[in-house]
Amino acid sequence: MDFITIDSRCVPLEGEKNLLSVIRKAGIDLPTFCYHSELSIYGACRMCVVEDERGRVFASCSEQPRPGMVIKTNTIKLQNYRKLIMELLLSSHCRDCTTCHKNGICTLQSLAYKLGVDAVRFTNNKEEQPLDFSSPSIVRDPNKCILCGDCVRTCAEVQGVGALDFAFRGSKMQVMPAFNKDINDTECVGCGQCRVVCPTAAITIKKDEDRVWEALNDPNTRVVAQIAPAVRIAVGDSFGIPKGENSMGKLVSALRRIGFDKVFDTSFGADLTVYEESAELVERLTKNENLPLFTSCCPGWVKFSDYKFPELKENISSCRSPQGMFSAVLKDYFKDDEKKTFVVSIMPCTAKKGEALRPENHTDGVQDTDAVITTAEAARMIRKAAIKFEELDEEAVDMPFGIASGGGVIFGVTGGVTEAVLRKICYDKDNNLSELSRIEFSGVRGLDSVKETSIMLGDREVKIAIVHGLGVASQLIEEMKAGKRHYDFVEVMACRRGCVMGGGQPVPAGPKTKKARVKGLYKVDTGSQVRTSNENPMVEVIYRDIIKGREHELLHTRH
Amino acid sequence: MLEQSFYQKADEIIESHGRMQRALIPIIQDIQNEYRYLPPELLSYVAKEIGITEAKAYSVATFYENFSFDPKGKYIIKVCDGTACHVRKSLPILEYLHKELGLSKDKHTTDDMLFTVETVSCLGACGLAPVLTVNEKVYPAMTPEKAGELLAELRGDE
Repeated sequence: MDFITIDSRCVPLEGEKNLLSVIRKAGIDLPTFCYHSELSIYGACRMCVVEDERGRVFASCSEQPRPGMVIKTNTIKLQNYRKLIMELLLSSHCRDCTTCHKNGICTLQSLAYKLGVDAVRFTNNKEEQPLDFSSPSIVRDPNKCILCGDCVRTCAEVQGVGALDFAFRGSKMQVMPAFNKDINDTECVGCGQCRVVCPTAAITIKKDEDRVWEALNDPNTRVVAQIAPAVRIAVGDSFGIPKGENSMGKLVSALRRIGFDKVFDTSFGADLTVYEESAELVERLTKNENLPLFTSCCPGWVKFSDYKFPELKENISSCRSPQGMFSAVLKDYFKDDEKKTFVVSIMPCTAKKGEALRPENHTDGVQDTDAVITTAEAARMIRKAAIKFEELDEEAVDMPFGIASGGGVIFGVTGGVTEAVLRKICYDKDNNLSELSRIEFSGVRGLDSVKETSIMLGDREVKIAIVHGLGVASQLIEEMKAGKRHYDFVEVMACRRGCVMGGGQPVPAGPKTKKARVKGLYKVDTGSQVRTSNENPMVEVIYRDIIKGREHELLHTRH
Repeated sequence: MLEQSFYQKADEIIESHGRMQRALIPIIQDIQNEYRYLPPELLSYVAKEIGITEAKAYSVATFYENFSFDPKGKYIIKVCDGTACHVRKSLPILEYLHKELGLSKDKHTTDDMLFTVETVSCLGACGLAPVLTVNEKVYPAMTPEKAGELLAELRGDE
């Protein structure tokens, strides 16, 4: 085996593509802004500089490890380098830390602290730029941008959207949409992945908390919450709960303390989606029309398809998303109440904010979901209310929507929608759950960009693809259009790994957190008494007593 | 929205270079040569035609000083402000032109679209300093007075 020497210690090379990975493997957490293992190497921030035995200083992220290299990572020269670079970055950064959204969770702030930058000798001579509030999902503050390019590369490479890029050069360089248009006038889908990778507050979540506080304080309003599957394994991040642990019970308790009148689980909405979507799939297969069927639960994907693949309009499921279905049902359930009902959905997703505004998700012209707040915003509300989240007792969600299946919960991870739909279809077919583990291992799980599986329905083989990340989805669809691939059902999630790594989840989230979140959500499923939506007794009840044959009105976007 | 003829011209130029991402710069250079500026609508159009994002095309077009999204005058006067020209008093020439034409650091083109005044960092003709060019023609050893005569001459041509 080949070795290199890092700070006088021997470290084996195990096929790492860059020196930085080897250094990190050796337990030295070199700081970086512009390095993300899922993105191309950019080498812009220069924080990961190292020194070789000849005193040459270079960035480790863009250096190939060669056997026999002798590297130092922590000489005085390097310390001074990093400190100076940090000082220069800070000098042109709007440093209103105390009032910043990212206060306490900002990578720039924490690195400045770690590197011991105690003064900034240079004045900021950048012109102040206006903020961009045009999007329902994200806010851009160019004054806080450090030009690491993480958002640019995420948007273009992972999501295949490319709404942002660098413009101008030198000291005038900025990240912006073409012609500095409002971000909402670009092809931005609102997925918020730019915000997930942004090390500062240059891109943040558009806040909707204030409207929720107002509703909570209005005695004439009944405020109802629905909590999306992926929220429960991430909300605890903000309160020191181990990564990926299910905090649903605590979250329900916290929301009640804040003043929510009723708290429900969006996984119940997902159970409704499973019913509608599996029926839609079976119907299309029988009629052999508008195949493949694409899922519609991900608003980032739906918006992406709007402009990128308008020809697929009829192929995309007419089902509303679980959020959309559940909000419509909730509004209907409380419609005879004297109080006004205000539905708040708590989502791991910034694009859901945009989805709630789309007219096809309204019932009789009324917006069903009144406010969408992200996991990060929910955590902030709990903090604001000074609730000791970690000490809360667990509480259950309210009836009559109090039971949700494990299948509904795994909607929050890539492959989950497919797995839940397959469970339903197989259960309908055989009326037993012996298939459950077979489905689990049939290829729906895992983190490959494209997963393929198939099931037999009668004598027909139903071919299925699961894809996460819009860039890969786009490639897959191009190949389908070219006739290279054929499917009957395609699940698309805009974000890599699915909603667990949605744009509204707490940050920063490194590789370990990502893994823990996926694992955590499957654990919730395994621990559920009810695994498939068919077994959920409340679904039948709701269809009978509330929906009463109005599926198209309440659960679908078009008829 | 520009007139249809602009898009036809753009199509011609795109065809001549090939519908390839890497042809972006030569294509927009040709468009700029054609119209003396780069109409923003055409940049977006070209981006779409050659398969790159609008933001990326904008990134390239703003990186190079040479590309301009603003229509330019019939006479583009470039006043050299490189080191040699600067020490031999190029600034008074620029100030004179600005004052005479009602232009400034931010307003480069006269309202009648006759003159555009820009500075450049070096024209490589330091021996002739201070120097300016009008549409590629070089005028050596300039003074504000000579610049005045030049303006009168150019206006006289109209």
